[in-house]
Amino acid sequence: MGFSDSFFAAKFGITRRDLENYLEDALSRGGDYADLYFEYLATSSISIDESIVKSATQGVSLGVGVRVIAGERTGYAYSDDLSPEKIKHAAQVAAMIAAGPSKVEKTPLNEGAKRDLYPVVTAPSDTAFKERVALAQRADVAARAYDPRVFQVQVMYADNLREVLVATSDGALNFDRQPMARLSVFVLARERDGVPQQGHAGGGGRRELGWFETERTPEYFAREAARQAVVQLGAVEAPAGEQTVVLGPGWPGVLLHEAVGHGLEADFNRKGVSAFSGRIGQQVASPLCTVVDDGTIGGRRGSLNVDDEGNQSQRNVLIENGILRGYLQDKLSSRILGAAPTGSGRRESYEHIPMPRMTNTFMLAGESDPEEIIRSVPRGLYCANFAGGQVDITSGNFVFSASESYLIEDGKLTRPVRNATLIGNGPEAMKYVSMVGCDLKLDEGIGVCGKEGQSVPVGVGIPTVRIDRMTVGGTA
Amino acid sequence: MSFDDLPEIARAAVKQALDAGATDAECTISEGDEFSVSVRMREVETLKEAGSRGAGLRVLIGRCMGASYTSDLTPEGIRKMVGSAVDLASLTTEDPHAGLPDADEMGSIAGDLRLYSADVESLATECKIDAARRAEAAALDFDPRITNSEGGSFDSNIGGRVFANSRGFTGAYRTSYCSISAVPVAMQNGAMERDYWFTMARDFAGLESPESVGRTAAARVLRRLGAVKVETQKVPVIFEPRVARTLLGNLFEAVEGRAIYREASFLAGKLGEKIADERITLIDDGTIPRLFGSQPFDDEGVPTRRTPVIERGVLKNYLLNTYTARKLGMRTTGNASRGITGNAGIGHGNFFLEAGDKPPADMLRGVANGFFVTELIGSGVNTVTGDYSRGAVGIWIRGGELAFPVSEVTIASTLQEMLTGVAEIGNDLEFRGSVSAPTIMIGEMTVAGR
Repeated sequence: MGFSDSFFAAKFGITRRDLENYLEDALSRGGDYADLYFEYLATSSISIDESIVKSATQGVSLGVGVRVIAGERTGYAYSDDLSPEKIKHAAQVAAMIAAGPSKVEKTPLNEGAKRDLYPVVTAPSDTAFKERVALAQRADVAARAYDPRVFQVQVMYADNLREVLVATSDGALNFDRQPMARLSVFVLARERDGVPQQGHAGGGGRRELGWFETERTPEYFAREAARQAVVQLGAVEAPAGEQTVVLGPGWPGVLLHEAVGHGLEADFNRKGVSAFSGRIGQQVASPLCTVVDDGTIGGRRGSLNVDDEGNQSQRNVLIENGILRGYLQDKLSSRILGAAPTGSGRRESYEHIPMPRMTNTFMLAGESDPEEIIRSVPRGLYCANFAGGQVDITSGNFVFSASESYLIEDGKLTRPVRNATLIGNGPEAMKYVSMVGCDLKLDEGIGVCGKEGQSVPVGVGIPTVRIDRMTVGGTA
Repeated sequence: MSFDDLPEIARAAVKQALDAGATDAECTISEGDEFSVSVRMREVETLKEAGSRGAGLRVLIGRCMGASYTSDLTPEGIRKMVGSAVDLASLTTEDPHAGLPDADEMGSIAGDLRLYSADVESLATECKIDAARRAEAAALDFDPRITNSEGGSFDSNIGGRVFANSRGFTGAYRTSYCSISAVPVAMQNGAMERDYWFTMARDFAGLESPESVGRTAAARVLRRLGAVKVETQKVPVIFEPRVARTLLGNLFEAVEGRAIYREASFLAGKLGEKIADERITLIDDGTIPRLFGSQPFDDEGVPTRRTPVIERGVLKNYLLNTYTARKLGMRTTGNASRGITGNAGIGHGNFFLEAGDKPPADMLRGVANGFFVTELIGSGVNTVTGDYSRGAVGIWIRGGELAFPVSEVTIASTLQEMLTGVAEIGNDLEFRGSVSAPTIMIGEMTVAGR
């Protein structure tokens, strides 16, 4: 498909000439670079609670963001109206950041290379609403059937279809159609008159609706959520203090996202405010650790054909055998640092300025047998699931909350443990990784990453990993 | 199309929905103009200015709901929005408690809450840039150990909100907001720390000076330098106001009606019981002029009010919207909250803990060995069970004095024990944002470190 058949050209009659004119307006007061980001977003959501379909919502939003870069300065404006006058006005507002005659040579717009990491013929948002309601209802039924102690089930189904168009003053013209779907199940279980415990599972990605029939069914997520809630019923107080911690495969990869990922975003490093600043080439993790950020995995939640600045996403090695290799770049940072783009420029919507962000972040598999890793620990904590995490990129301190974990006693998983926060320091914690399993698993596709008020979908993954020393924040 | 045209658009959308077969409808229109500037290392870094609008519609056909939204407020956009919501109502299930507020519950509080000030709108861009620049400069100039910065910024927003429903309610109000913040970075022996401070107000004149923001931020980051990890132990913990307010955020989640009817809160079924030390009085009040939690009516067209949530340690009220009130056999407390569409959720007004009588310095003086917490990170609070475990940064207390900075530790307990274990409450309540608390001391928590 060429530009003339693309969404904004076909539906709104936007031409190359229009785009070139807007870019010219944006650079009319000077500046080094400008770009336009057109976005159309259609969303749907369904919520089931108490077995009642309590809510069904759909809607559309549309707009364009205009950015001008002058040195290290950024001007930004947007419009939710695509009329030429409004876009021109936004371009003129963004242009205010610059002063002086334009130095940018006019470059004709060229369509970038095409690829399709998510070949979705019918986006979930274009299927009959009824089918999507039926999927969510199946999850409700399955969660309730799992165990008589399950007493509350909430199911959320949400999808969206985003059409984007990026045009830049350095001549890039890219467009993409980005489908997304996610099913989440929240379960509460309790013993008679006991304290309720919760379980949560979900997943999805840039998939057709049929993925929920063939790959991950509503029943699969429902049973997983119910299982977690029921397991927690027998949980004991979490230990307090330094422990040996074993992370299970999959979602616990959120550790990498917090401990290293954010600290490697180039904006923080170019400003010298990250605990990883100036440490490229240094040992920041055990030699067993190789961490990559890969936006090119087919169908995954964090994947993108092109990032929100028009660059193709790619596979970036962040840490190789423990050595820090590179940062995640957006356009501004790569211009200032003279670094190659990494396809990591992302934004929440047309109302937002792009920033370097992660896509799918994970650690490559090692050689250890996962069971052997658990057997190697006389006393410690095994974390199977996390609720989320946060990092202070300047000090490097990060936390994450274990929602399903077990005591390890004499090399065996014994009792489940109540919610506990784990805390560590980014460049230090990963040095204590002493075993890496052969069982790399990516998460099911539920991650949302927040940075400076902008949320974007991401993926994480990790094999089973033993960390010899980490502080566990329990009470026992 | 100006703000004054929006109520008519909302009423028309409601009417169209009724004409299309809805038995009830409610329409929200929201608009906002944002401005933000950040200055980093004394140079302007970003300048952003724009505005946008959106409309949302929720319809009921009998007791089945459907909802939609659009950013296109033209007649064509509104027509599509109405069709979409009405279509969806045929796919949801009958919900016996769904419905609009009763006629006698709807309305708007009398008097001007002074949520809008024209001085924010008329302020020259140069003044805004200057405020951001001065805040950062004050932080950078404060101490040679402040070597870097994530910048100073000025943000403002002019907003408007309109709500109309099919029971005859139409209301509209405008809001303004401005803030100045600074985020300095300090370095000592190769280790870096950052912290921040801010001021926010409905009007420019109500802001603290950029210099005081910068200096406060600077003092806050300097006192973090050289932080160590302490031994794991159980000690008294003092939450300074900026972190004490996060405890109120946790309590809000435990007293909002949805968590209560689903029995997903450790405070479900506890109304009328003593759940906290009697020094605890927790109030929700959406009617205080100029504050950030105030609005004349909630997002269902019910007047806001003052609701005591905990009074002298006794749980008095949950915070409810129409739906959760009906589920619980109660009356709405005017706490409905939503974006622009969908079923209303629950929000708080100005949610605050009444001040005690102790100056914070006196609270410290009584502690031989304890932890003064200045920042919390992570999401380790489970309001279903009450389990509490979060990453913490602060200053260790020795012999009644702030002794040395601490980081990379956690504090843990349960919200139940923290509420009953409150040992002191400071006299330093200050409204900064919509959730506010004075300094709070908890008798004992587990600090996990080495």
